[in-house]
Amino acid sequence: MRVAVFATCLVDALFPDVGKSTVRLLRRLGHNVEVPSQQTCCGQMHVNTGYPREALPLVRNHVETFLDYEAVVVPSGSCTAAIRHQHADVARQYGDAVLVEGAELVARHTYELSEFLVDVLGVTDVGAYFPHRVTYHPTCHSLRLLRVGDRPSRLLRQVRGLDLVDLPDADSCCGFGGTFSIKNADVSTAMLADKMAGVLSTRAEVCVAGDSSCLMHIGGGLSRLNTGVRTVHLAEILAS
Amino acid sequence: MTGHLSGPPFPEAARKALADTQLRRNLGRATSTIRAKRAAAVEELPDWAALREAGAAIKDDVLANLDRYLVQLEQQVTVRGGTVHWARDADEANRIVTRLVRRTGETSVVKVKSMATHEIGLNEALARAGIAAYETDLAELIVQLGHDAPSHILVPAIHRNRAEIREIFLREMRDVDPSLTDEPAALADAARRYLRHQFLSASVAVSGANFAVAETGTLAVVESEGNGRMCLSLPRTLITVMGIEKLVPTWRDLEVFLQLLPRSSTGERMNPYTSMWAGAVEGQEFHLVLLDNGRTATLSDPRGRSALRCIRCSACLNVCPVYERTGGHAYGSVYPGPIGAVLSPQLTGVEHNTSLPFASSLCGACYDVCPVAIDIPSMLVHLRAKAVEAKGRTPERAAMAAAAWTMADSTRWSRALRAARLGRLLRGRRALPPPLSAWVRSRDLPQPPRQTFRDWWAGQ
Repeated sequence: MRVAVFATCLVDALFPDVGKSTVRLLRRLGHNVEVPSQQTCCGQMHVNTGYPREALPLVRNHVETFLDYEAVVVPSGSCTAAIRHQHADVARQYGDAVLVEGAELVARHTYELSEFLVDVLGVTDVGAYFPHRVTYHPTCHSLRLLRVGDRPSRLLRQVRGLDLVDLPDADSCCGFGGTFSIKNADVSTAMLADKMAGVLSTRAEVCVAGDSSCLMHIGGGLSRLNTGVRTVHLAEILAS
Repeated sequence: MTGHLSGPPFPEAARKALADTQLRRNLGRATSTIRAKRAAAVEELPDWAALREAGAAIKDDVLANLDRYLVQLEQQVTVRGGTVHWARDADEANRIVTRLVRRTGETSVVKVKSMATHEIGLNEALARAGIAAYETDLAELIVQLGHDAPSHILVPAIHRNRAEIREIFLREMRDVDPSLTDEPAALADAARRYLRHQFLSASVAVSGANFAVAETGTLAVVESEGNGRMCLSLPRTLITVMGIEKLVPTWRDLEVFLQLLPRSSTGERMNPYTSMWAGAVEGQEFHLVLLDNGRTATLSDPRGRSALRCIRCSACLNVCPVYERTGGHAYGSVYPGPIGAVLSPQLTGVEHNTSLPFASSLCGACYDVCPVAIDIPSMLVHLRAKAVEAKGRTPERAAMAAAAWTMADSTRWSRALRAARLGRLLRGRRALPPPLSAWVRSRDLPQPPRQTFRDWWAGQ
């Protein structure tokens, strides 16, 4: 199986450890992954902020980059959802039939990390060791657009030393929402406050999720308040 | 623009609402209670998914054949002694209702809760004509006596708690018992005494409608208190104002919606009162005002029209993390919350409501609970694009175009990443320009890494 990793632009620029962990984890599981250097960004921010026309060349670049792979693994529920639910639609809006076809093909072969591990590779025990008290935040797009369900929790429960505690109101949004976090910063912060209160009530040392974007938001808040609670991506725990 | 479909920009209005801690407590408590009730009521129906699909399909059929069904409805209502009026917009609807009330010689009307009449600002229009409108739904009464605006589709006074309601009653109701407590039963009793007088003296009523059956000309009002039924049946003249999308084709279709609506809205298996009538009943004159007010324009957008499936259950409000924190007033429209964020801009034209499509984190909770499967998040994204188009050339647009140009090509992107790393070393954290300044008000920025992921990979 030709497996590629789409790291996402955020991971590439700000959270390289998430990308490295994804590569290491897949290698440890016996896959010779590739990271095509032509990759950049899925264009989700553009589409969701009202700029589908500007997103079109990003979609095209993404589809051209990943067309020939049998599996594309993405350490982000949100970007996976954009690829699966938005790419073909953007291409369709601008009447590019070839791109629609390509986007649909790439979408079929694209997996969020936990989906790839559990559904494609059929593993839940990836041989990780992470001796910490951890709470899991199911990000909205993983939860409601991909329906990853309990896949991440099943993976986390097999990690040696890891103490997984339930997050109260886990399925409520952390308030990130892409450019929402800036355009509606006050509402975003109010939502973040409740999410942080939930995380702190678990007395976990680490808040884990499958999206670096939501983690950047939650982690930025937890850091501002000097809580001492860290945010860590699922890939980093599974690779450790 | 007449009526209540737009207000100040959402971020501004939301900031004010967020500062009201009492409001946030009231809303948090109310929405979490109703969320749990809805979940339980939906859970117990094994065929919920099929019902939801049926609801969506019936409404889509209505929307695809609206011209035919509306004419059929008009015929059926007319045959049964009612009079049908067509209103293009809020002003025309207000003129029709005012004229009808004036003809009776009355100077007051009683009203059963109606979103459509709030949408068009009917009470204000009637007041300008010297006609007093008395709201009879308990929550609407609280809102009206408090000189306030509804903040929820189903629970218009959701932003008020018992203590506040007691204060409003003591201040505004004539002859109220000064020892009134904030016990719900005592408050309801005070309202009952107050309303009874209105019911017995009114000879004109104005109502909305939840459904209209094209096949039979039947109108249906779904409610909990029975005040609506008093309104519908006691006065000699009944005027119903209804959006043109409220149709169902056949009597049988009601079966689907009378299951979907109460379970989604109040979390009940069945609502206490469902009043239905066709045409004029004996001793009563009946007028039906069919309101367009932007609905036909909404219908013309294939990506936006399914908002017209909405049956005003407000399940999406109750699960929305944004609504839960800001309340309904921040939306500036009678239709708040997720459905309001897609419906209000379409009814007014997106150019008059450019901030509402952005009043969502796109978390998707609304779509999950919608009983007619309106994909609100996708529609928000679509309306955002329309709002961007309407705003023309903005600095944001230039920045987005520049970002897209950079990111569409990996060479340009990696060059930009290197430039950004250098820039970060030189720049202090506090003096960030917008939009990053909005980020760092409540959140730290991540420490920039020494090496990007692509540079690490290149070294592998």
